[in-house]
Amino acid sequence: MAANSKTPANWDVFVRGIWKENPVFVMLLGMCPTLAVSNSVINAIAMGLATTFVLVCSSALVSMLRNFIPKQVRIATYIVIIATFVTIVDYTIQAISIDLYKALGAFISLIVVNCIILGRAEAFASKNTLYKSVLDAFGMGLGFTFALLCLGVVREVLGSGSLFGVQILPDSFQPWGIMILPPGGFIVLGFWLLLFAWLEERRQRGNAEGDGANA
Amino acid sequence: MSTVENVQAAEPEVSSFKMIYTLGGVAMLSGFLLVLVFNVTKGPIAANKKAAIERAVFQVLPGAEERRTFQIVNGVVQPLAEGENPAGTVFYCGYDASGAFRGVALPGSSQGYADIVKVLYGYSPEKEIIIGMTVLESKETPGLGDRVTKDPVFLENFTALDARLADTGDGLAHDIVTVKHGAKENPWEIDGIAGATISSKTVGRALNASAAELLPVIRKNLDVLKANQ
Repeated sequence: MAANSKTPANWDVFVRGIWKENPVFVMLLGMCPTLAVSNSVINAIAMGLATTFVLVCSSALVSMLRNFIPKQVRIATYIVIIATFVTIVDYTIQAISIDLYKALGAFISLIVVNCIILGRAEAFASKNTLYKSVLDAFGMGLGFTFALLCLGVVREVLGSGSLFGVQILPDSFQPWGIMILPPGGFIVLGFWLLLFAWLEERRQRGNAEGDGANA
Repeated sequence: MSTVENVQAAEPEVSSFKMIYTLGGVAMLSGFLLVLVFNVTKGPIAANKKAAIERAVFQVLPGAEERRTFQIVNGVVQPLAEGENPAGTVFYCGYDASGAFRGVALPGSSQGYADIVKVLYGYSPEKEIIIGMTVLESKETPGLGDRVTKDPVFLENFTALDARLADTGDGLAHDIVTVKHGAKENPWEIDGIAGATISSKTVGRALNASAAELLPVIRKNLDVLKANQ
Protein backbone atom coordinates (compact mmCIF):
# COMPACT_ATOMS: atom_id res chain seq x y z
CA MET A 1 0.00 0.00 0.00
CA ALA A 2 0.97 3.54 -0.61
CA ALA A 3 0.88 4.38 3.12
CA ASN A 4 3.49 1.70 3.84
CA SER A 5 5.94 2.95 1.29
CA LYS A 6 5.54 6.46 2.71
CA THR A 7 6.35 5.54 6.31
CA PRO A 8 10.16 5.64 6.07
CA ALA A 9 10.03 9.05 4.39
CA ASN A 10 7.80 10.41 7.14
CA TRP A 11 10.01 8.93 9.80
CA ASP A 12 12.94 10.65 8.12
CA VAL A 13 11.06 13.96 8.23
CA PHE A 14 10.57 13.51 11.95
CA VAL A 15 14.10 12.39 12.88
CA ARG A 16 15.82 14.94 10.69
CA GLY A 17 15.01 17.79 13.08
CA ILE A 18 16.24 15.90 16.11
CA TRP A 19 19.60 14.86 14.75
CA LYS A 20 20.75 15.48 11.19
CA GLU A 21 19.32 19.00 10.91
CA ASN A 22 19.18 19.81 14.59
CA PRO A 23 18.14 23.50 14.68
CA VAL A 24 20.72 24.46 17.31
CA PHE A 25 23.72 22.18 16.80
CA VAL A 26 23.61 21.91 13.02
CA MET A 27 21.67 24.90 11.67
CA LEU A 28 22.70 27.28 14.49
CA LEU A 29 19.25 28.85 14.70
CA GLY A 30 17.55 30.26 17.79
CA MET A 31 20.81 30.98 19.60
CA CYS A 32 19.34 33.70 21.77
CA PRO A 33 16.95 31.59 23.88
CA THR A 34 19.45 28.72 23.74
CA LEU A 35 22.08 30.75 25.54
CA ALA A 36 19.75 32.70 27.78
CA VAL A 37 17.49 30.12 29.37
CA SER A 38 19.65 27.00 29.42
CA ASN A 39 21.06 27.83 32.86
CA SER A 40 18.97 25.15 34.55
CA VAL A 41 17.34 21.94 33.40
CA ILE A 42 13.83 23.02 34.36
CA ASN A 43 14.13 26.28 32.41
CA ALA A 44 15.57 24.43 29.43
CA ILE A 45 12.74 21.90 29.33
CA ALA A 46 10.05 24.55 29.82
CA MET A 47 11.48 26.73 27.06
CA GLY A 48 11.93 23.74 24.76
CA LEU A 49 8.37 22.52 25.25
CA ALA A 50 6.91 26.01 24.88
CA THR A 51 8.77 26.46 21.60
CA THR A 52 7.73 22.97 20.43
CA PHE A 53 4.09 23.77 21.13
CA VAL A 54 4.25 27.02 19.16
CA LEU A 55 6.16 25.32 16.37
CA VAL A 56 3.71 22.43 16.00
CA CYS A 57 0.56 24.56 16.24
CA SER A 58 1.72 27.28 13.89
CA SER A 59 3.12 24.79 11.37
CA ALA A 60 -0.21 22.92 11.43
CA LEU A 61 -2.22 26.08 10.83
CA VAL A 62 0.14 27.42 8.18
CA SER A 63 0.01 24.08 6.38
CA MET A 64 -3.80 24.00 6.52
CA LEU A 65 -4.05 27.53 5.15
CA ARG A 66 -1.18 27.22 2.68
CA ASN A 67 -3.44 27.23 -0.39
CA PHE A 68 -5.40 30.28 0.77
CA ILE A 69 -2.57 32.59 1.81
CA PRO A 70 -1.55 34.96 -0.99
CA LYS A 71 2.21 35.04 -1.44
CA GLN A 72 2.43 38.80 -0.82
CA VAL A 73 1.04 38.66 2.71
CA ARG A 74 2.39 35.28 3.76
CA ILE A 75 5.01 36.55 6.22
CA ALA A 76 2.50 38.85 7.92
CA THR A 77 0.03 35.97 8.18
CA TYR A 78 2.66 33.62 9.61
CA ILE A 79 3.67 36.18 12.20
CA VAL A 80 0.06 36.71 13.31
CA ILE A 81 -0.39 32.95 13.65
CA ILE A 82 2.88 32.49 15.55
CA ALA A 83 2.19 35.46 17.84
CA THR A 84 -1.22 34.01 18.68
CA PHE A 85 0.24 30.72 19.86
CA VAL A 86 3.03 32.47 21.74
CA THR A 87 0.46 34.51 23.65
CA ILE A 88 -1.43 31.31 24.44
CA VAL A 89 1.78 29.77 25.81
CA ASP A 90 2.43 32.96 27.78
CA TYR A 91 -0.96 32.76 29.53
CA THR A 92 -0.64 29.02 30.06
CA ILE A 93 2.76 29.25 31.74
CA GLN A 94 1.47 32.01 34.03
CA ALA A 95 -1.42 29.74 34.95
CA ILE A 96 0.92 26.82 35.65
CA SER A 97 3.61 28.57 37.67
CA ILE A 98 4.46 32.21 38.32
CA ASP A 99 8.00 31.25 39.34
CA LEU A 100 8.64 29.53 36.03
CA TYR A 101 7.14 32.52 34.24
CA LYS A 102 9.55 34.84 36.06
CA ALA A 103 12.53 32.58 35.32
CA LEU A 104 11.82 32.51 31.58
CA GLY A 105 11.11 36.24 31.58
CA ALA A 106 10.97 38.06 28.27
CA PHE A 107 12.08 34.97 26.37
CA ILE A 108 8.54 33.60 26.20
CA SER A 109 7.33 36.61 24.23
CA LEU A 110 10.48 36.43 22.15
CA ILE A 111 9.52 32.98 20.84
CA VAL A 112 7.64 35.03 18.22
CA VAL A 113 10.89 36.03 16.61
CA ASN A 114 12.59 32.67 17.04
CA CYS A 115 13.83 32.06 13.52
CA ILE A 116 13.30 28.30 13.80
CA ILE A 117 9.53 28.81 13.83
CA LEU A 118 9.24 31.29 10.98
CA GLY A 119 11.88 29.26 9.16
CA ARG A 120 9.87 26.04 9.35
CA ALA A 121 6.64 27.85 8.40
CA GLU A 122 8.26 29.36 5.33
CA ALA A 123 10.53 26.50 4.28
CA PHE A 124 8.39 23.48 5.11
CA ALA A 125 4.82 23.96 6.33
CA SER A 126 3.85 26.28 3.47
CA LYS A 127 4.80 23.60 0.92
CA ASN A 128 3.82 20.33 2.59
CA THR A 129 0.77 18.46 3.81
CA LEU A 130 -0.59 18.91 7.32
CA TYR A 131 0.67 15.52 8.49
CA LYS A 132 4.21 16.04 7.22
CA SER A 133 4.35 19.61 8.55
CA VAL A 134 3.32 18.54 12.02
CA LEU A 135 5.89 15.72 11.99
CA ASP A 136 8.59 18.12 10.83
CA ALA A 137 7.64 20.73 13.45
CA PHE A 138 7.54 18.11 16.17
CA GLY A 139 10.96 16.80 15.19
CA MET A 140 12.46 20.29 15.07
CA GLY A 141 10.85 21.16 18.40
CA LEU A 142 12.23 18.05 20.05
CA GLY A 143 15.61 18.76 18.51
CA PHE A 144 15.54 22.26 20.00
CA THR A 145 14.46 20.88 23.39
CA PHE A 146 17.21 18.26 23.22
CA ALA A 147 19.81 20.93 22.50
CA LEU A 148 18.60 23.13 25.36
CA LEU A 149 18.66 20.11 27.65
CA CYS A 150 22.26 19.27 26.63
CA LEU A 151 23.31 22.77 27.65
CA GLY A 152 21.04 22.87 30.69
CA VAL A 153 22.36 19.67 32.24
CA VAL A 154 26.01 20.69 31.94
CA ARG A 155 25.40 24.25 33.12
CA GLU A 156 23.25 23.31 36.08
CA VAL A 157 25.52 20.51 37.31
CA LEU A 158 28.69 22.60 37.06
CA GLY A 159 27.14 25.96 37.94
CA SER A 160 24.91 24.98 40.86
CA GLY A 161 25.95 21.41 41.65
CA SER A 162 22.34 20.32 41.20
CA LEU A 163 20.02 18.67 38.68
CA PHE A 164 16.32 19.56 38.46
CA GLY A 165 17.00 21.81 41.46
CA VAL A 166 18.10 18.85 43.60
CA GLN A 167 21.63 18.95 44.99
CA ILE A 168 23.62 16.08 43.49
CA LEU A 169 27.24 17.09 44.03
CA PRO A 170 28.69 17.12 47.57
CA ASP A 171 28.89 20.39 49.49
CA SER A 172 32.66 20.34 49.09
CA PHE A 173 32.12 21.07 45.37
CA GLN A 174 32.56 24.77 44.67
CA PRO A 175 29.96 25.69 42.01
CA TRP A 176 31.41 27.32 38.88
CA GLY A 177 29.38 30.51 39.01
CA ILE A 178 30.40 31.40 35.47
CA MET A 179 28.43 28.45 34.08
CA ILE A 180 25.15 30.12 35.11
CA LEU A 181 26.23 33.39 33.48
CA PRO A 182 26.15 34.12 29.72
CA PRO A 183 29.88 33.32 29.18
CA GLY A 184 29.24 29.84 30.55
CA GLY A 185 26.47 29.42 27.99
CA PHE A 186 28.84 30.32 25.16
CA ILE A 187 31.57 28.00 26.46
CA VAL A 188 29.24 25.01 26.86
CA LEU A 189 27.61 25.67 23.48
CA GLY A 190 31.10 25.76 21.93
CA PHE A 191 31.96 22.34 23.34
CA TRP A 192 28.68 20.83 22.16
CA LEU A 193 29.18 22.25 18.67
CA LEU A 194 32.69 20.79 18.67
CA LEU A 195 31.30 17.39 19.60
CA PHE A 196 28.62 17.54 16.92
CA ALA A 197 31.07 18.68 14.25
CA TRP A 198 33.44 15.87 15.22
CA LEU A 199 30.65 13.26 15.07
CA GLU A 200 29.58 14.56 11.68
CA GLU A 201 33.12 14.49 10.36
CA ARG A 202 33.61 10.93 11.59
CA ARG A 203 30.33 9.88 9.98
CA GLN A 204 31.34 11.38 6.66
CA ARG A 205 34.76 9.76 6.79
CA GLY A 206 33.08 6.46 7.64
CA ASN A 207 30.74 6.90 4.68
CA ALA A 208 33.61 7.68 2.35
CA GLU A 209 35.54 4.60 3.47
CA GLY A 210 32.42 2.49 3.17
CA ASP A 211 31.89 3.72 -0.38
CA GLY A 212 35.50 3.02 -1.19
CA ALA A 213 35.21 -0.53 0.13
CA ASN A 214 32.04 -1.10 -1.83
CA ALA A 215 33.61 0.14 -5.00
CA MET B 1 0.27 54.93 -6.58
CA SER B 2 -2.44 55.40 -9.16
CA THR B 3 -5.28 52.93 -9.63
CA VAL B 4 -4.01 51.85 -13.01
CA GLU B 5 -0.67 50.77 -11.53
CA ASN B 6 -2.41 48.89 -8.78
CA VAL B 7 -4.52 46.89 -11.17
CA GLN B 8 -1.54 46.11 -13.36
CA ALA B 9 0.59 44.99 -10.45
CA ALA B 10 -2.16 42.89 -8.96
CA GLU B 11 -3.35 41.16 -12.12
CA PRO B 12 -0.76 38.44 -12.49
CA GLU B 13 -0.99 37.67 -8.78
CA VAL B 14 -4.01 38.12 -6.52
CA SER B 15 -6.34 41.00 -5.86
CA SER B 16 -5.82 43.13 -2.76
CA PHE B 17 -9.22 41.95 -1.55
CA LYS B 18 -7.99 38.43 -1.19
CA MET B 19 -5.05 39.64 0.86
CA ILE B 20 -7.38 41.65 3.06
CA TYR B 21 -9.71 38.65 3.48
CA THR B 22 -6.82 36.41 4.42
CA LEU B 23 -5.25 38.78 6.92
CA GLY B 24 -8.65 39.70 8.35
CA GLY B 25 -9.68 36.06 8.64
CA VAL B 26 -6.44 35.03 10.32
CA ALA B 27 -6.63 38.00 12.68
CA MET B 28 -10.20 37.09 13.64
CA LEU B 29 -9.24 33.48 14.24
CA SER B 30 -6.35 34.69 16.34
CA GLY B 31 -8.58 37.03 18.33
CA PHE B 32 -11.06 34.27 18.99
CA LEU B 33 -8.36 31.89 20.22
CA LEU B 34 -6.81 34.53 22.46
CA VAL B 35 -10.10 35.49 24.09
CA LEU B 36 -10.82 31.82 24.71
CA VAL B 37 -7.44 31.13 26.31
CA PHE B 38 -7.53 34.38 28.26
CA ASN B 39 -10.86 33.48 29.83
CA VAL B 40 -9.77 29.93 30.64
CA THR B 41 -6.50 30.99 32.28
CA LYS B 42 -7.77 34.12 34.04
CA GLY B 43 -8.81 32.27 37.20
CA PRO B 44 -5.66 30.18 37.67
CA ILE B 45 -3.39 33.16 36.96
CA ALA B 46 -5.15 35.33 39.54
CA ALA B 47 -4.99 32.46 42.06
CA ASN B 48 -1.26 31.99 41.37
CA LYS B 49 -0.53 35.68 41.84
CA LYS B 50 -2.50 35.76 45.07
CA ALA B 51 -0.68 32.67 46.34
CA ALA B 52 2.68 34.23 45.49
CA ILE B 53 1.82 37.41 47.44
CA GLU B 54 0.53 35.46 50.43
CA ARG B 55 3.61 33.26 50.47
CA ALA B 56 5.82 36.36 50.59
CA VAL B 57 3.69 38.11 53.23
CA PHE B 58 3.57 35.09 55.52
CA GLN B 59 7.28 34.58 55.05
CA VAL B 60 8.17 38.06 56.32
CA LEU B 61 5.54 38.06 59.08
CA PRO B 62 6.19 34.88 61.07
CA GLY B 63 2.99 33.60 62.68
CA ALA B 64 0.64 35.39 60.28
CA GLU B 65 -2.00 33.24 58.64
CA GLU B 66 -4.29 35.84 57.17
CA ARG B 67 -3.59 39.05 55.33
CA ARG B 68 -5.46 42.15 54.31
CA THR B 69 -4.39 44.59 51.65
CA PHE B 70 -4.17 48.34 52.19
CA GLN B 71 -2.88 51.27 50.24
CA ILE B 72 -1.42 54.62 51.20
CA VAL B 73 -2.81 57.51 49.19
CA ASN B 74 -1.43 60.96 50.07
CA GLY B 75 -0.47 59.82 53.55
CA VAL B 76 -3.86 58.25 54.28
CA VAL B 77 -4.31 54.51 54.78
CA GLN B 78 -7.23 52.92 52.95
CA PRO B 79 -8.28 49.29 52.60
CA LEU B 80 -7.83 47.91 49.08
CA ALA B 81 -10.42 45.45 47.81
CA GLU B 82 -9.25 42.32 45.98
CA GLY B 83 -8.86 43.02 42.27
CA GLU B 84 -9.12 46.80 42.65
CA ASN B 85 -6.43 48.88 40.96
CA PRO B 86 -4.21 50.54 43.56
CA ALA B 87 -3.90 54.33 43.57
CA GLY B 88 -0.88 54.48 45.88
CA THR B 89 1.65 52.32 47.71
CA VAL B 90 0.21 48.88 48.43
CA PHE B 91 1.05 47.06 51.66
CA TYR B 92 -0.30 44.15 53.65
CA CYS B 93 -1.33 43.53 57.25
CA GLY B 94 -0.85 40.07 58.73
CA TYR B 95 -3.06 38.53 61.41
CA ASP B 96 -2.61 35.19 63.14
CA ALA B 97 -5.19 32.39 63.38
CA SER B 98 -7.04 34.08 66.24
CA GLY B 99 -7.18 37.36 64.32
CA ALA B 100 -4.54 39.17 66.38
CA PHE B 101 -2.44 41.77 64.55
CA ARG B 102 1.07 40.45 63.77
CA GLY B 103 2.57 43.32 61.81
CA VAL B 104 2.71 44.93 58.40
CA ALA B 105 4.47 43.80 55.23
CA LEU B 106 5.84 46.78 53.32
CA PRO B 107 7.44 47.07 49.88
CA GLY B 108 10.78 48.68 49.14
CA SER B 109 12.96 49.00 46.08
CA SER B 110 16.36 50.30 45.08
CA GLN B 111 18.71 50.20 42.11
CA GLY B 112 20.94 47.14 42.37
CA TYR B 113 23.91 45.94 40.35
CA ALA B 114 21.79 44.73 37.43
CA ASP B 115 18.31 46.18 37.75
CA ILE B 116 15.95 47.50 40.38
CA VAL B 117 15.71 45.13 43.35
CA LYS B 118 12.25 44.89 44.89
CA VAL B 119 11.88 43.63 48.44
CA LEU B 120 9.05 43.01 50.87
CA TYR B 121 9.76 43.29 54.58
CA GLY B 122 7.79 42.59 57.71
CA TYR B 123 7.61 45.26 60.42
CA SER B 124 6.36 44.90 63.93
CA PRO B 125 4.98 48.29 65.06
CA GLU B 126 4.99 47.22 68.73
CA LYS B 127 8.66 46.27 68.89
CA GLU B 128 9.63 48.76 66.16
CA ILE B 129 11.80 46.20 64.41
CA ILE B 130 11.93 44.59 61.00
CA ILE B 131 11.10 40.91 61.48
CA GLY B 132 11.57 39.47 58.02
CA MET B 133 12.67 40.33 54.49
CA THR B 134 12.30 38.64 51.14
CA VAL B 135 13.44 39.71 47.69
CA LEU B 136 10.46 39.79 45.33
CA GLU B 137 12.31 40.66 42.17
CA SER B 138 15.96 40.93 41.28
CA LYS B 139 18.22 40.35 38.32
CA GLU B 140 21.39 40.31 40.40
CA THR B 141 24.26 38.15 39.17
CA PRO B 142 23.61 34.47 39.87
CA GLY B 143 26.08 33.05 42.37
CA LEU B 144 27.26 36.50 43.49
CA GLY B 145 24.69 39.26 43.98
CA ASP B 146 21.71 36.94 44.10
CA ARG B 147 22.97 35.57 47.40
CA VAL B 148 21.00 38.39 49.06
CA THR B 149 17.88 36.41 48.22
CA LYS B 150 18.86 33.16 49.92
CA ASP B 151 22.05 33.41 51.99
CA PRO B 152 20.86 32.27 55.45
CA VAL B 153 23.48 34.30 57.33
CA PHE B 154 22.45 37.46 55.47
CA LEU B 155 18.73 36.85 55.99
CA GLU B 156 19.44 36.41 59.71
CA ASN B 157 19.97 40.22 59.70
CA PHE B 158 16.27 40.77 59.23
CA THR B 159 14.87 38.84 62.16
CA ALA B 160 15.21 41.78 64.57
CA LEU B 161 16.55 44.79 62.70
CA ASP B 162 16.12 48.01 64.63
CA ALA B 163 13.79 50.44 62.80
CA ARG B 164 12.82 52.79 65.63
CA LEU B 165 11.17 56.06 64.69
CA ALA B 166 12.73 59.33 65.77
CA ASP B 167 11.00 61.11 68.65
CA THR B 168 9.61 63.67 66.25
CA GLY B 169 7.87 60.79 64.48
CA ASP B 170 8.73 61.87 60.95
CA GLY B 171 11.61 59.55 60.21
CA LEU B 172 13.88 56.81 61.51
CA ALA B 173 15.93 57.35 64.67
CA HIS B 174 18.88 55.70 62.92
CA ASP B 175 19.31 55.16 59.22
CA ILE B 176 19.35 51.50 58.25
CA VAL B 177 22.74 50.90 56.66
CA THR B 178 24.60 47.92 55.28
CA VAL B 179 28.10 47.59 56.71
CA LYS B 180 31.02 45.40 55.64
CA HIS B 181 30.77 41.73 56.49
CA GLY B 182 31.69 41.27 60.16
CA ALA B 183 31.58 44.99 61.00
CA LYS B 184 28.03 45.07 62.39
CA GLU B 185 27.97 46.81 65.77
CA ASN B 186 24.51 48.34 66.12
CA PRO B 187 21.08 46.72 65.83
CA TRP B 188 20.16 49.00 62.93
CA GLU B 189 23.08 47.85 60.80
CA ILE B 190 22.95 45.06 58.21
CA ASP B 191 25.90 42.70 58.05
CA GLY B 192 26.76 42.66 54.32
CA ILE B 193 27.93 39.73 52.23
CA ALA B 194 31.56 39.70 51.13
CA GLY B 195 31.45 39.34 47.32
CA ALA B 196 27.96 40.78 47.09
CA THR B 197 28.66 44.23 48.46
CA ILE B 198 26.58 46.19 45.96
CA SER B 199 23.57 43.92 46.27
CA SER B 200 23.68 43.89 50.08
CA LYS B 201 23.89 47.68 50.10
CA THR B 202 20.96 47.80 47.70
CA VAL B 203 18.79 45.87 50.14
CA GLY B 204 19.84 48.22 52.93
CA ARG B 205 19.00 51.30 50.85
CA ALA B 206 15.64 49.85 49.82
CA LEU B 207 14.70 49.18 53.44
CA ASN B 208 15.95 52.55 54.67
CA ALA B 209 14.14 54.60 52.05
CA SER B 210 10.91 52.67 52.40
CA ALA B 211 10.98 52.61 56.22
CA ALA B 212 11.71 56.34 56.49
CA GLU B 213 8.78 57.12 54.23
CA LEU B 214 6.18 54.56 55.27
CA LEU B 215 6.74 53.87 58.96
CA PRO B 216 5.55 57.31 60.15
CA VAL B 217 2.33 56.77 58.18
CA ILE B 218 1.91 53.28 59.65
CA ARG B 219 2.36 54.62 63.19
CA LYS B 220 -0.28 57.31 62.67
CA ASN B 221 -2.79 54.82 61.29
CA LEU B 222 -1.98 51.91 63.54
CA ASP B 223 -5.43 51.91 65.16
CA VAL B 224 -7.09 51.54 61.77
CA LEU B 225 -4.88 48.61 60.84
CA LYS B 226 -5.39 46.84 64.16
CA ALA B 227 -9.13 47.43 64.23
CA ASN B 228 -9.64 46.12 60.72
CA GLN B 229 -10.10 42.48 61.59
